[in-house]
Amino acid sequence: MANANPVWEAIDETPTTRPRRLVLEVVHDWVTTVDHKKIGLMYIAYALIFLVIAGIEAMLIRIQLAVPNNHFVSPQVFNRLFTMHGTTMVFFVGMPILFGFGNYLVPLMIGARDMAFPRLNAFSFWISAFGGILLYFSYIGGSGLYGAGSAPDIGWFAYAPLTAKVFSPGHSTDYWTLAVFLSGIGSVGTALNIVTTTLCLRCKGMKLSRMPLLVWLYLVQGGLVFVAVGPLTAAQIMLLLDRYLGSHFFDTQAGGSAVLWMHFFWIFGHPEVYVLVLPAFAFVNEIVPVFSRKAIFGYPAMVAASVGIGFISLSVWAHHMFTVGLGAAGNTFFVFATMVISVPTGIKIFNWLATIWGGKIIFAVPMMFCVAFLFQFLIAGLTGIMLSAAPFDWQLSASYFVIAHFHYVLVGAILTALFGAFYYWYPKVTGRMMNETLGKWHFWLFIIGFHLTFDFMHIPGLLGMPRRIYTYEAGRGWDNLNLIVSIGGFVQAIGILIFVYNLIRSRTQGDIAGHDPWDAWTLEWAVPSPPPSYNFAVEPTVNSRRPLWDLKHPEDPDSDYE
Amino acid sequence: MSQTTSTIPITASGEPVWELPSRGVVGMACLIIAEAAIFIIFVVAYIFYMGKSLSGPTPQQVLELPIFGTICLLSSSFTVHYAVSALRKDNLRGCILGLGSTVLLGAIFLATTAQEWYHLIHDHGLTITTNLFGTTYYSLVGLHATHVVVGLIMLTLAFGLALRGNVHEAHSEKLEVLSLYWHFVDAVWVVVFLVVYVIGR
Repeated sequence: MANANPVWEAIDETPTTRPRRLVLEVVHDWVTTVDHKKIGLMYIAYALIFLVIAGIEAMLIRIQLAVPNNHFVSPQVFNRLFTMHGTTMVFFVGMPILFGFGNYLVPLMIGARDMAFPRLNAFSFWISAFGGILLYFSYIGGSGLYGAGSAPDIGWFAYAPLTAKVFSPGHSTDYWTLAVFLSGIGSVGTALNIVTTTLCLRCKGMKLSRMPLLVWLYLVQGGLVFVAVGPLTAAQIMLLLDRYLGSHFFDTQAGGSAVLWMHFFWIFGHPEVYVLVLPAFAFVNEIVPVFSRKAIFGYPAMVAASVGIGFISLSVWAHHMFTVGLGAAGNTFFVFATMVISVPTGIKIFNWLATIWGGKIIFAVPMMFCVAFLFQFLIAGLTGIMLSAAPFDWQLSASYFVIAHFHYVLVGAILTALFGAFYYWYPKVTGRMMNETLGKWHFWLFIIGFHLTFDFMHIPGLLGMPRRIYTYEAGRGWDNLNLIVSIGGFVQAIGILIFVYNLIRSRTQGDIAGHDPWDAWTLEWAVPSPPPSYNFAVEPTVNSRRPLWDLKHPEDPDSDYE
Repeated sequence: MSQTTSTIPITASGEPVWELPSRGVVGMACLIIAEAAIFIIFVVAYIFYMGKSLSGPTPQQVLELPIFGTICLLSSSFTVHYAVSALRKDNLRGCILGLGSTVLLGAIFLATTAQEWYHLIHDHGLTITTNLFGTTYYSLVGLHATHVVVGLIMLTLAFGLALRGNVHEAHSEKLEVLSLYWHFVDAVWVVVFLVVYVIGR
């Protein structure tokens, strides 16, 4: 039906001639590219490689903890494993994979031909990539004097004074600092690019009030990156000055304060959670309406809630620090702020439910992941509210309950939504569909594994198992639970392997997708799959929030209702 | 397919002209927000450690008001603004004059900072390792001075290009973006001046 529409014929369908090229030419092409789509794909590929590395680290941690009194790895190696796992997952998986999707999708969705600053875009990618390589180079180059370690072993939030030269001799901590610092520069560059692109390169008629919600969320995320990554960068500069020039920012012997580092780190650290989760919301915002065959419910409320989350998330950081002893006023403020942030988040969940409600739901793989996201994100939010109460937090801070809570957010919400996004946009990127059967295997194995791991992980936390312990004695009631948690981890790993296989296999053997396999409504589906390097042959003009709906239903366009 | 039509029907007639902000200005505004976040952390650290040094020298003993340098830096905001508005009117001589005096004033400011640091290090023995005051003072003022250096390099580049006659009215927007950065560096100095030299003393 769609192809009968005369407007479709206007799409530039000149087949891209692809003469066989030397490997070196292809590599040169990718290394020197400034095309937002290629940079986006490089971000995603780079993040997937690190996802596998950090996933293997998680598996090693789980083998070590599967049974009591285990000595699978040494305590020193264990410290390095959880440090590298956390740092890699946050800075070199989460950030780049979400920036990759943003890079790829934002210009296509607003009808632009590229990002606002294409060369800055390439610079940001390569500087982040260099940061990740630097972090892992520490395994080779990190050891310093006194036989002190190879990779960093200071934990992903690197509390002072452990990071001082006295307690962390050698260079592994410096590799950590520089890697995080470089990743921060790359993040600010990309966020700057996404925000500027959104504000300055929208096609005709794409008013702010007509932008797809994905673009809105990336706009808010960009703003958060500016104000969140700055403090982290500043703190890393201070740490470097402490370690190399002998300054005393976090040197308690000279009157410096270890708590100041905690504040600076979490001023970054908590907004960072929202930097990661807002894009996950963004994917769900696009997928849920298309597979419910309804327009999103409450668009203005969704935008307001996103902006609200952006602002409130700047004032909740010290809920990571209740055990420091902030005093009654501090505790009250941060408890209250943390609880308040669940209000806009709740608005979002209700709007997604209202979008699904009464819709003609299609349970394709992307939608299945989104439904799982809704369920799991709700639970993650509920344990979050439990932990936001300071007295409760005093009991459970730094226990496995906290680990279970934030992995519920990072894996249960963010990674789950990301998988949905992979299945949803893969046809646009490659021109082929991902295999649905393999997708369902991936979904069920991953979800079952996830619940085995992270549902059961709450309980040893409640029973008093602290995070980061190397091993534990038998008979504390933690044994079977830890075994289940570890088994669940391996079930997830099998699911993810199926996903990777599906990614590679569908590239050559998937069904041909065409422009618009999901019958969707946003602009990226108006261009061929994969899109040509210039995206749009002619600059589009939009008249409503769902330009392709208008196109497909000229008798009843959305623009009539604006 | 021979004739070019839009993928999306164009019915924009009657709608207001489609105008979006300049990407240079928006990009610089974003950079300024991110930089401001970095400076805020250093300022907070300075205020937090005020009076907490375990040993001397203290700011009261060694710091003097850098009035001359401050006047130079703040007036360079006016000269760079003059350079931009001159270029907008295609007045190249005015632009060269404005840029040249901005570079000169910025360099004088840097020289006063250098002199102050020499005085502190040489005469008072205050270094970054001495105490918390040294730590926070050198890092905050040094971070600002680093930004002055970056701004001066770019302004000198623009000045050199203008001298060679390669700058035209069409470039006024780019120069304006650069001037925004310079105004930001000046504004940061006002904060640093207040915190370090007025409140901190």
